[in-house]
Amino acid sequence: MRLPHTSSSRIFGEINLAHHALKLWLKITTIILLAYTIVAGLLFDVPRLNIVNETIRALYFHVPMWFGMVVLFCVSTVYSIQYLRNPSIQKDINSVEFANTGLLLGLLGIFTGMVWANYTWGSPWHGDPKQNGAAISLLVYLAYFVLRGSVDNEEQRARLSAVYNIFAFAAMIPLIFIIPRMTSSMHPGSGGNPGFNMYDLDSNMRMVFYPAVAGWILLGIWIATLRIRIRNIDEKLIDLENE
Amino acid sequence: MNKLTFIIAFFGFVFLSNLAMAQAEMADAMRSEGKIYVVVAILLIIFVGLIGYLVMLDRKVSRIEKKLTEKKG
Repeated sequence: MRLPHTSSSRIFGEINLAHHALKLWLKITTIILLAYTIVAGLLFDVPRLNIVNETIRALYFHVPMWFGMVVLFCVSTVYSIQYLRNPSIQKDINSVEFANTGLLLGLLGIFTGMVWANYTWGSPWHGDPKQNGAAISLLVYLAYFVLRGSVDNEEQRARLSAVYNIFAFAAMIPLIFIIPRMTSSMHPGSGGNPGFNMYDLDSNMRMVFYPAVAGWILLGIWIATLRIRIRNIDEKLIDLENE
Repeated sequence: MNKLTFIIAFFGFVFLSNLAMAQAEMADAMRSEGKIYVVVAILLIIFVGLIGYLVMLDRKVSRIEKKLTEKKG
């Protein structure tokens, strides 16, 4: 449902169409990186480990979902901070659409993780601290959209959700990055380990893992910018109607 | 026949004759090593489909943006 613009929302400032499109070379880079990830991720040599076996290749697809989510949430938070410093409707739109796409990647991360856990840990939900932390932070972000849906006034909605968004990001950091490392977690780099498990990563795997992370993050940004552009068109149309 | 078409025809012939020879020895490229290449092919098809769809969506949005800017101006 589209809410009617109140007169107060007019102070929100202009929207510039097409200023938010992802650069063409970045789109091409995304496609090349992800095509490489799929081919190299399935065909290149990986360490032969018991229990994990070939599922170690899921690292190229499951973990980048979380990297992507964190990056998109981070961008969303930056827009929220900018909004609070200097409100404009564009910053609100950017913030919400980056959070939206970040949530999508987070959900994909949790579902792929459940499939992986089912075959390596023995059950889809293991109560692993990182798994629980990730689930809680996704719920915190879901509440962000509930909050947005429950405020009618556009300016209030933008301001309240910007404040909440900053809180959500601040809550996500300990839930995903700190608490799992303080307790014993089955995720690599956990359990008292200061955590850069990348240093343990096989050098063959790094050659696929880093491009994979970059590719999936870029894909997330691409989708987010597309959503922003669609929202901008929507806002422009409302502007035209009001004139 | 100019040079270019001759070259293309020549390499096309070489390619086809190689293909025919390979078929005589069974085309097992996609069947080797536990058929993983089949999975790669499937994933690539899905990936190409999804990216193609995303690109089309992107161009559609660009078109509407352009239309809207023209209407405004």
